[in-house]
Amino acid sequence: MEKNKTKRVSGLARPAFRSKLITYVLAAGFFGVSALLVQAEVAGSLYEGLLIPMCCYIMMAVSLNLTVGILGELSLGHAGFMCVGAYVGAVFSIVTRTAIPSAWIRFPLALLLGGLTAALFGVVIGIPILRLRGDYLAIVTLAFGEIIRKLVENLYIAVDANGLHFSFAKAIDPLSMDLATKKDILNGPMAVSGIPRDTTLLLAVLFVMLTLFVVMNLIDSRSGRAIMAIRDNRIAAEATGISITKHKLIVFTVSAFFAGLAGVLYAHSSTLKSTQFDYNLSIQILVFVVLGGIGSTRGAMIATVILYALPELLRFLQDYRMLVYAIVLIVMMLLNNNARFHQLKQTLFQRKAKEETT
Amino acid sequence: MSFISFLISGISLGSIYALIALGYTMVYGIAKMLNFAHGDVIMVGGFVVFTAMSTMQQPVWLSILMGMVVCTVLGVTIEKIAYKPLRNASPLSVLITAIGVSYLLQNLALLIFGSSSQTFQSVVSLPPIRITETLVITGETIVTIITTVVIMVGLTLFINRTKPGQAMLAVSEDRGAAQLMGVNVNGTISLTFAIGSALAAVAGVLLCSMYPQINAYTGQMPGIKAFIAAVFGGIGSIPGAMIGGVLLGIIENLSRAYISSQLSDAIVFAVLILMLLIKPTGILGRKLNEKV
Repeated sequence: MEKNKTKRVSGLARPAFRSKLITYVLAAGFFGVSALLVQAEVAGSLYEGLLIPMCCYIMMAVSLNLTVGILGELSLGHAGFMCVGAYVGAVFSIVTRTAIPSAWIRFPLALLLGGLTAALFGVVIGIPILRLRGDYLAIVTLAFGEIIRKLVENLYIAVDANGLHFSFAKAIDPLSMDLATKKDILNGPMAVSGIPRDTTLLLAVLFVMLTLFVVMNLIDSRSGRAIMAIRDNRIAAEATGISITKHKLIVFTVSAFFAGLAGVLYAHSSTLKSTQFDYNLSIQILVFVVLGGIGSTRGAMIATVILYALPELLRFLQDYRMLVYAIVLIVMMLLNNNARFHQLKQTLFQRKAKEETT
Repeated sequence: MSFISFLISGISLGSIYALIALGYTMVYGIAKMLNFAHGDVIMVGGFVVFTAMSTMQQPVWLSILMGMVVCTVLGVTIEKIAYKPLRNASPLSVLITAIGVSYLLQNLALLIFGSSSQTFQSVVSLPPIRITETLVITGETIVTIITTVVIMVGLTLFINRTKPGQAMLAVSEDRGAAQLMGVNVNGTISLTFAIGSALAAVAGVLLCSMYPQINAYTGQMPGIKAFIAAVFGGIGSIPGAMIGGVLLGIIENLSRAYISSQLSDAIVFAVLILMLLIKPTGILGRKLNEKV
């Protein structure tokens, strides 16, 4: 008897596990059906082109949710981490393209390198902003994101027979190079081309799963509870012996790592331009997180899928589609905070629950 | 000599940032929200003046007046429709709504005026002043600085000497207590949005006269920089916004002149981060003690 009582409840009986399972199944199901639709040519090539960026944005939203929803700190510079990952991964792949011809070895290395560099940036940014809170922290993350983008925009890298050439803020002097073997890799604000298209939909979906797995298990772990305790009451959490510095750094690092991975995946599926990673992208991801329900991983994922596809679905409205998108955004926020709408929702859902029981 | 001319044009650019930052900081002080759409109100102001001057052939003073009126009405309307229902919601919800409003204004402007930049005819007809051979101050610079100084003095007098101004201070101090003392809180918040938006219209005209171009995204970067200026000076503080704005303009112009024109934005942001690390609440920001 005693043994039975202390036995851990495992498997489907644990609500946390069931909730995680639902999220995995939703993600796998959605992309599975999408892939089938594309295969069967029911969905057009437009839809196919949306899927890989969608995966990257899901990774971004899920990792940003860790900072905004679970730690409770507003970050407006998430695109900066993606930018770091994308550029590091892209440069690595272009440079080693001839040295490592097999994508099976090169691409994992690029992913690892991009993710780790972004994580390093997460730590570097995380340490100084430990002192800051609220709107001040938000503006500093915004500033960091823009700084990263501006630095990348001023970076010139080229390769020739003598090796790599770096230059900052001004183009590389062509006379210093062996022109016969010269190849530009990064050319300041110009778009980066020649990145091998290594990202496949399957790979992107696998990485979405990995992100979901790590983030949801982190939230469900001892550290995750400590992080949420910091969010709910920082002073009480500190008083119970939770190290705020450590947990904030964990969140910033993990969040930046996955944003970096998303960047590498993104870079290997399309052309790369630094203007893609401006603060508008950070804000767009934040919108996904907030509309999905702050703190909910599954919500962030679903909101990303819907809101990313929405402007494409609204394409029939032509020039008016972004206008409609803006109005949808405002109306959704107003409805979400409307007491009468909540009542309506509650009565609707209660009726549904009653029907299910009878 | 070139240093002085860079400094003066920096002060002039900074004055515009200060005007925009005032709108951010007043709204933050009173409604405790970041009005992300503020930058786009600048753009709307610029476009109204542009239309009034070039399409409707109105005189300059009337065009500017029209711009201010339209922006004031716009600011108050946005507050009434989008922000007022969210007064007790989480700050993040309000932020996202403000972003929605910002998208809305930008896309409306795109629909009406198209995506290409229009040439904005400067509203200033003052000739440039030549002090020495190299030190030339443009008419725009002089008008910008004088306008800003006049507005700053007027605003300070308004807030410290008049009843509505005192009500604004009271609401920013403690909304509940102000309401109990008989202050019309909703009216005061509307007034704040009205003043902030009118200032944004002026800033828009000055900005477009300095860089004679206008498109749907004109307000975006100045808006962000003014927001940074407001934080720099201590958000919620009116003198802080003025100091922050002018300092930011000077830093930006000097780094553009002496370090690198492409990196000037990055340098501005880096200075902000350094500043906040030394003094986490900005130059004139008050330190808030946390209650347990």
